[in-house]
Amino acid sequence: MKAGDVAYFRAQSVSDAVAAFRSCEGDARYLAGGQSLLAAMNLRLLTPDLLIDIAHIDALRGIERRGGEIRIGALTRHAEILSSPIIASHVPLLAAAAPWVAHPAIRNKGTIGGSIAFADPASEFPAVALALNARIELDNGDSVRFVEAQDFFLDLYETAAEPGEILSAVWFPVATPDQRCTFDELARRRGDYAIVGVAIVADFSGEIVDRIRIVFFSVGSTPVRALRAEAALTGTALVDTDIELAQQALAGDLSPSDDVQVSAATRMHLASVLLRRQLGKLPVPTPKAVRA
Amino acid sequence: MTRPIAIMLTINAEPVTAMVESRLSLADFLRHQLRLTGTHVGCETGSCGACLVMQDGRVIHGCLTLAVQADGSAIQTIEGLSESGAIADLQAAFHERNALQCGFCTPGVLMTAQELLQLEGVPSREEIRDALSGNYCRCTGYQAIVDSIETTAQRRAVGEAEQPA
Amino acid sequence: MNKPLSRVDRPNSYIGKSLPRPNAKRLLAGRGRFVDDIQLPRMLHAAFARSPYAHARIVSIDVSAARAAPGVRRVVVGSDIAKLCMPWTGTLRHFKDMKSPPQSPLAIDTVVWAGQPVVAVLADSRAQAEDAVELIAINYEERDVVVGIDAALAPGATLVHDALGDNLAFQTTIENGAVATAFNDAAAVVEVDLRFGRHTPVTLEPRTLIADFEPGERALTVHHSTQTPYQFQDIYARHFGLDESRVRVIAPDIGGSFGMKLHVYPEDMAVVALSIIAERPVKYVADRGESFLNDIHLRDHRVRAKLALTQDGRFAGMRVQDDTAIGAFSAYPRTSAVEGNQVVRLMGAPYQLTNYRADLRVIFQNLPQTSQYRGVGHPIACAATERLVDLAAKKLGLDPFEIRRRNYVTDEMYPHTTATGYRFERLSLDQCLSKLHALMDYPALRAEQAQLREQGIHRGIGIATYVEITNPSPAFYGVGGAHISAQDGCVLKVTPSGDVQCAISVTEQGQGTETIIGQIVADQLGVDRERVRVLTGDTETTPHGGATWACRGAGIGGETALQATRKLRSNILEIAGAILQSRPDTLELADGKLIERETGTVRMNLGELAALVYFRSDTLPPDLKADLTVAQHFAPKGFPFAFTNGIHGSLVEVDVETGFIKLLKHWVVEDCGRIINPMLVDEQIRGGVVQGLGAALFEECLYNDAGQLMNGSMADYLVPMAGEIPDIVIAHVETPTLDTELGAKGCGEAGTSAASGAVLNAVNDALGPLQVQISQIPMTPQRILRALGTVQ
Ligand SMILES: Cc1cc2nc3c(=O)[nH]c(=O)nc-3n(C[C@H](O)[C@H](O)[C@H](O)COP(=O)(O)OP(=O)(O)OC[C@H]3O[C@@H](n4cnc5c(N)ncnc54)[C@H](O)[C@@H]3O)c2cc1C
Ligand code: FES
Ligand code: FES
Repeated sequence: MKAGDVAYFRAQSVSDAVAAFRSCEGDARYLAGGQSLLAAMNLRLLTPDLLIDIAHIDALRGIERRGGEIRIGALTRHAEILSSPIIASHVPLLAAAAPWVAHPAIRNKGTIGGSIAFADPASEFPAVALALNARIELDNGDSVRFVEAQDFFLDLYETAAEPGEILSAVWFPVATPDQRCTFDELARRRGDYAIVGVAIVADFSGEIVDRIRIVFFSVGSTPVRALRAEAALTGTALVDTDIELAQQALAGDLSPSDDVQVSAATRMHLASVLLRRQLGKLPVPTPKAVRA
Repeated sequence: MTRPIAIMLTINAEPVTAMVESRLSLADFLRHQLRLTGTHVGCETGSCGACLVMQDGRVIHGCLTLAVQADGSAIQTIEGLSESGAIADLQAAFHERNALQCGFCTPGVLMTAQELLQLEGVPSREEIRDALSGNYCRCTGYQAIVDSIETTAQRRAVGEAEQPA
Repeated sequence: MNKPLSRVDRPNSYIGKSLPRPNAKRLLAGRGRFVDDIQLPRMLHAAFARSPYAHARIVSIDVSAARAAPGVRRVVVGSDIAKLCMPWTGTLRHFKDMKSPPQSPLAIDTVVWAGQPVVAVLADSRAQAEDAVELIAINYEERDVVVGIDAALAPGATLVHDALGDNLAFQTTIENGAVATAFNDAAAVVEVDLRFGRHTPVTLEPRTLIADFEPGERALTVHHSTQTPYQFQDIYARHFGLDESRVRVIAPDIGGSFGMKLHVYPEDMAVVALSIIAERPVKYVADRGESFLNDIHLRDHRVRAKLALTQDGRFAGMRVQDDTAIGAFSAYPRTSAVEGNQVVRLMGAPYQLTNYRADLRVIFQNLPQTSQYRGVGHPIACAATERLVDLAAKKLGLDPFEIRRRNYVTDEMYPHTTATGYRFERLSLDQCLSKLHALMDYPALRAEQAQLREQGIHRGIGIATYVEITNPSPAFYGVGGAHISAQDGCVLKVTPSGDVQCAISVTEQGQGTETIIGQIVADQLGVDRERVRVLTGDTETTPHGGATWACRGAGIGGETALQATRKLRSNILEIAGAILQSRPDTLELADGKLIERETGTVRMNLGELAALVYFRSDTLPPDLKADLTVAQHFAPKGFPFAFTNGIHGSLVEVDVETGFIKLLKHWVVEDCGRIINPMLVDEQIRGGVVQGLGAALFEECLYNDAGQLMNGSMADYLVPMAGEIPDIVIAHVETPTLDTELGAKGCGEAGTSAASGAVLNAVNDALGPLQVQISQIPMTPQRILRALGTVQ
């Protein structure tokens, strides 16, 4: 199928883009990598009146350290995340998630801003953002505001961004030496959206978990934090019985629904297996390593 | 109907100017407006990889890029890569090993392969299969494709090693 | 055994060599010419408004807004087209009492599946045509929908076609021997109840055609992505009342077909009609969504079967019930009954088995039509039979290899007739079994499996034997009244410079038809392969024939080429004898030169001979018949089918916690008779295997009760990609058929036929220690988890 008729405007700056958005009477959409938007338009699932191409706005680029955070410009492509040494050393969870996103050619074009703004509940990056409670930078052309990831993903494809606001960057906290993370997902084929996936980040004091954030994706209308499971694990050394309790707690955290391929029960079961396996893989710091 | 937009870009190292509808995909622009029919279309949703081309040196989906978005960029299609000789060794390996049947997936597969081979080192079969995760081939069963890419990687590695420093 | 075809030490002995395909270079350079690559002057583009309902009455259609939309040249409804196109009916005479209603290009009063085309729009561009389709208002009155097999057969069921009285398109029973006694006397009985998911071919190039009607001569040219151009020439001529001589069908490069591109689709007929109406070329390319909705589907079967066993592990009798749901219409011109018919005729075929009864029911439902696709029935018969055999082995405590060896049709039994009447000239079942055993290193695999099980790793090993119908004679379709040719034709000509052009009716979709035909011609003539050019796929420039279906290119097309070449060679020697004043039988053609047979002395080049014939006929003896063009047709006689056989082995690992299955390795030992090009055979097998692996683990069209396809995109309908597929190891046994000089049989479907059965057995082998089994493909993680009782 061919996309419906649409107008196109290439913005040179954020204010340019926002102005175009505001003056459009119909449905205007920002176009970043286009890897979700154009696919939907080619199916005529979306038929916007105006596309505002933001891919040439330099202010939306760049990966840099700013104090205790890494600022990743919205236009940063998945492939750049995959190959960035800064991300590999300071946001290892994001680096671990990146290979799971789609296929090479999509990673060459798709952007982190697009992924987070689109807020597909099956996407990896929103889950990582929530697990690390990244700060989402939103720019309306006049001013910039920040929303924490835990307040950003509201519902299916729905975020706290106001109409016309551009997601300009995502700020991830720099990983601390006592932090460990792990990421995994179950997908039928390499590169597919996951049936269920999980991102975990934990701060340790010695062998004991001080703080842990567990985020599942593909299990609801947004990425979902497993708060009860987190509670069950906080203060433990992640021994088998702790993990079992966390698995039991998961039933209160997740309420996936059925779809054509996978039932809610199967998803729930897979989430629980994934949780146990990933907790088992979490590289618990040895006392020695902590001292060093 | 929205009015066509003028674009200027480089295609296979030649400058091109054209008027395009803004909804026109790069793949359809190449195929139907420029008659570069080596780029194929199999799904229009980024799933099959038949439409892969290079934009500024990176492999992208012609179906998930608008022609207007490509304004100002440099596009390489299978025709360009063939005629420049850049992938002659890869093509020869595919030919010897019969790594294609109907050939509909082949231009896209060659794009993925070429990008992979530009990375350092000889990829493992696992890595080759992984890189091909977005290239659907219904005919070959993939093994001959993996073989050919592996062979080319090895040959290129040997070739580079043999180059005087 | 056939005598060797040619001296292997000759310069031009090409038969049996792995040569690359000359035509592949073009494709590698992006210079393929597929139908959508063709643009004709004043060409219009078609798009269709389709029924969103699986069953409904059309109350009203309003196309006024669409007619006024930019770029729109015509909007056409069903009744407009019905005037031009004689409806078609997908029945065949040899399927007694089969019924299916006549079908028209566009729905007229009722729609019977979701996706059925209702209105066609012609516009300057495809995008504009689609814009206009959105403006068409069709009012429907929804009717009850019937989807499931049981629901369709239930008393008082909703009917897909009221006029037919019930939903049964066809039923048949096959009975041989004393089945009841066999089961009464059995030492043990094993049984299966297997479900096969409806799936679809997913060729990468979708269905595409350009119809170009020229009103002056009432001539129609169709550039058609099809495997059977001659069949479509006949169909277009008959259904549109055109002279066959003025209908030309050209199949250029085809991006995969696998049986999908030989059926009549409503859109094809509509596009021809539209070109006649508009008197302009009309192009239609099915988009991916339309492909999922309307390409043929297949393999929607439920097979219940029982196998009676004797104490010493022999098969005493078999009972089979196959129920298959085929959608709303039986496909034309091959029908949708063939798959089921082959299932019930192929079950148990490799084994000594006389007591056999099978019942087949072919059922209508409000879904798209099913029909022939790679393997037609074989994968189902194979999986069901081989599942029974493995269960029997388990029950009797025999190794899967041993039970097969005990029950195979043996070498002394050939020619052998099966319980269902299939005749085997000669198979190599035992040889293939032994070869697979060695190839897999079966004992080592079993040892490794046992060791890994102790570590909680569940590996499974499965094997599956197949026999496969190839080189079909008219027994397949011709006898049923279908205009489907079982013969092929070849025209060979020598050009004045001594090159050879071969126009042949078998067609190329990448399997290497042109290459092997070139190898045969060059080999048999004695010229360099580079000097032979093979032309296919154009009804105007090649002789009439069956083209590509059911594994026949090498076996029938190859024999046609071989006989044509021998005829041409004999003409050449005759002419050379006259020119050189020698007896023809003292001369020979080698490497494009005429030589003395005894001494090898070169007398003249083929080009010199041809130049004399074409330009200096005055120098030739007046009574010499100097024919450097020959025509040859060949149809299989002798056995109605040349059966091939082989066996697959599969190694899998099942993650019993997640239900995920990893394919670790796959082996095939196959016997397709004489091998013309081993590399091409191997790649046919590999491609076929992967299609079978797709069926085993991934592929399924999921419909809800309302008859709506729930996964009609490439993101949701899962086909195997490179990462999901293991390396596939292949070995051969060669048992040429004696029915032809060439001795070749088919190999295109062998990969698909047994792959899913082998994986099904392997997964069940892995699950065995957990005392559960799985009886449904595709084996999705969820189904594995359900089989394990992990989830509901
Ligand atoms: C075959 C296929 C497989 C895929 N598999 C995966 C996968 O496994 N995991 C995964 O996570 N993703 C997957 N994707 C999606 C891909 O990662 C997309 O790139 C990503 O979701 C969107 O990024 P984009 O830059 O392409 O956004 P676009 O498609 O350009 O935009 C998406 C939406 O976000 C809005 N938007 C984009 N950028 C901004 C911004 N800066 N500010 C405000 N709004 C913005 C747009 O208006 C649009 O509504 C897949 C895509 C395809 C085609
Ligand atoms: S056509 Fe672009 S990925 Fe299939
Ligand atoms: S060769 Fe046909 S799809 Fe790859």
